[in-house]
Amino acid sequence: MNNMKRDVFQIAAFTAAVMALTAMLSSSVWLTFIMLALYGALLAQAWNILGGYGGQFSFGHALFFGVGAYAQVIAQVTYGINAWVALALSIAAAALIGLGTGALTFRYGLKGSYFALVTLAFAEVFRIGAVSVGFTGGGVGMMLPLAESLANLQFGSRKGYIALMLAFVAAAALVTAWLRHSRFGAGLMAVRDNEDAASAVGVDPQRAKRGAITLSAAFMGAAGAFYVQVFQYIDPAIAFGPHVSVEALVAAIVGGMGTLWGPVLGAVALHTLADLTRNLFGQLPGLNMVIYGGVLVLIVMFMPRGLAGLLTTMQPARAPPSRASSPSDAAPARGAESDRG
Amino acid sequence: VLDFGILFPSVLNGLTTGAVYALIALGLTLIYGVLHIINFAHGAALMVALYAVYLLKAHLGLDPYLALPLLVPGMFALGYALQGVVINRASHGKDENILLVTLGLAIVLENLALMFFKSDTRTIETAYTLTTVQIPSPFGAGPAFIALPKLVAFAGALVASAVLLGVVYRTDLGRAIRAVAKEKQGARLVGIDVDHVYAMSFGIGLACVGAAACFLLPAYYVNPQVGSGFVLVAFTIVVLGGMGSFSGALLGGLLVGVVESLCGLLLGDSLGQIGIFAIFIAVLLLRPQGLFGARA
Repeated sequence: MNNMKRDVFQIAAFTAAVMALTAMLSSSVWLTFIMLALYGALLAQAWNILGGYGGQFSFGHALFFGVGAYAQVIAQVTYGINAWVALALSIAAAALIGLGTGALTFRYGLKGSYFALVTLAFAEVFRIGAVSVGFTGGGVGMMLPLAESLANLQFGSRKGYIALMLAFVAAAALVTAWLRHSRFGAGLMAVRDNEDAASAVGVDPQRAKRGAITLSAAFMGAAGAFYVQVFQYIDPAIAFGPHVSVEALVAAIVGGMGTLWGPVLGAVALHTLADLTRNLFGQLPGLNMVIYGGVLVLIVMFMPRGLAGLLTTMQPARAPPSRASSPSDAAPARGAESDRG
Repeated sequence: VLDFGILFPSVLNGLTTGAVYALIALGLTLIYGVLHIINFAHGAALMVALYAVYLLKAHLGLDPYLALPLLVPGMFALGYALQGVVINRASHGKDENILLVTLGLAIVLENLALMFFKSDTRTIETAYTLTTVQIPSPFGAGPAFIALPKLVAFAGALVASAVLLGVVYRTDLGRAIRAVAKEKQGARLVGIDVDHVYAMSFGIGLACVGAAACFLLPAYYVNPQVGSGFVLVAFTIVVLGGMGSFSGALLGGLLVGVVESLCGLLLGDSLGQIGIFAIFIAVLLLRPQGLFGARA
């Protein structure tokens, strides 16, 4: 458990550092940057729990984000529920949807590209559904009325949101640290690296993956609820469209999957890149995203282990268990048959 | 609502849309179904092809159907280059890397289009855009009216599919592609240049997309996001048809077109695609070998 202590210490140090930095800053530009970087970090951390530690590549994490966001706004606007209670409900709703989709897809053994496609399809079904049914406000979306107070989870200053976000990022980091050093996490990583071998030594792969997707979805739901509180608006395309799914997985992968700080690192790096390109080429819509996509391609090409991979190569003793790195040539059976166990 | 006189035109319209879906999905069948390259940039490639057709018409006055001889080799070259230069090098032999690289490519292509063309939706005007053809209905119901470009698209997609099937099953290249798909190592041992075959397949896959764009645009539109709507539909068809089955993808495409059209008719336009994805999820869960796939 010594390693667990070191992870917890790092998380505490990170939290304290961000808090100190926030307290010193007063420029709203920088505070907004910190807030959005933390938000991106939470998305990436959530994805990393399932993708990085569970080896399940979701392309539809917006599903859980959207459920959280809609639960947050519907609970408050339609049912007049307190915002903090709504936040708990949103997290629970997203976790429940995560458990449900996970139970369904893992029960039928969907893996690899099949899993990526089915999660994308689920998100699309929810997006089209949210456009079509009444209680989500249809394609117009839903607004959260402005009412700044602590009880309403709406803050006059960015600092309030940063504190809230930081709490969730720290919680996600603690869950990640727990995965790294617990029996459950060891089972999950064993399933990621070799499912057959893991079940041969007594790990229940379904249970491990269900647990991972539920945790992952819960944090995605929190991010969705947070989005609604900050931007006070949600519509089906924002909630369930591919943008959030891509943001989550790109930051996690650029930073380094299956590492504690990779997702945070990736989110900060990508937000810095996005802000820089927006400031430099703001008049050209799309250019910042061209660079974003280009960086993604280059990272996969030249740094397959992400930014955190660079750091760990300098400290080889801490190298995380690498993902099953069999080149497809060495394993010609890899393909459709092996995608489905 | 279930009157045959209303259902019949809806089914016909679905078949015409479905034929274009099938052509796009046939390209993906080669790329994903046969070679297992999960190409998330397939829709972005379609978007690029649609813009090419649009520019040729808007600036050179070239009819979209006459643009075929330019688009097919052009998209082939783009595909060959993408696979040979970018995707192959970045994949390191891992599925998830291919997924990410093609996703990155899709982001780059879509946003380049946004840079150059803004997010406006553009259409082209041709002499035949508004022409309709009367199709007599069986069983004595009233005739159906189908837009001429859609009928041309239907016929063109079927012809293009036949050409593709010919390439895959009747040429040495097709034999090499099938050999690589079955046994990459063995194919290399008997002297097949595997990287070249991969790049050729990707090129042919995008050539299908180029042809589809020529048939699609007269009755459709183009904007930077237009391709994203086709990505999941194309994957649905490939899986529905049974990974790597060309005839399955053709039938699957037609079926998906009809399902979308009927769902739109019965549930309202905005819900048209929900039927497709419901089928997709059900097929993935219950019959992942596809509706027409033989492999268990």
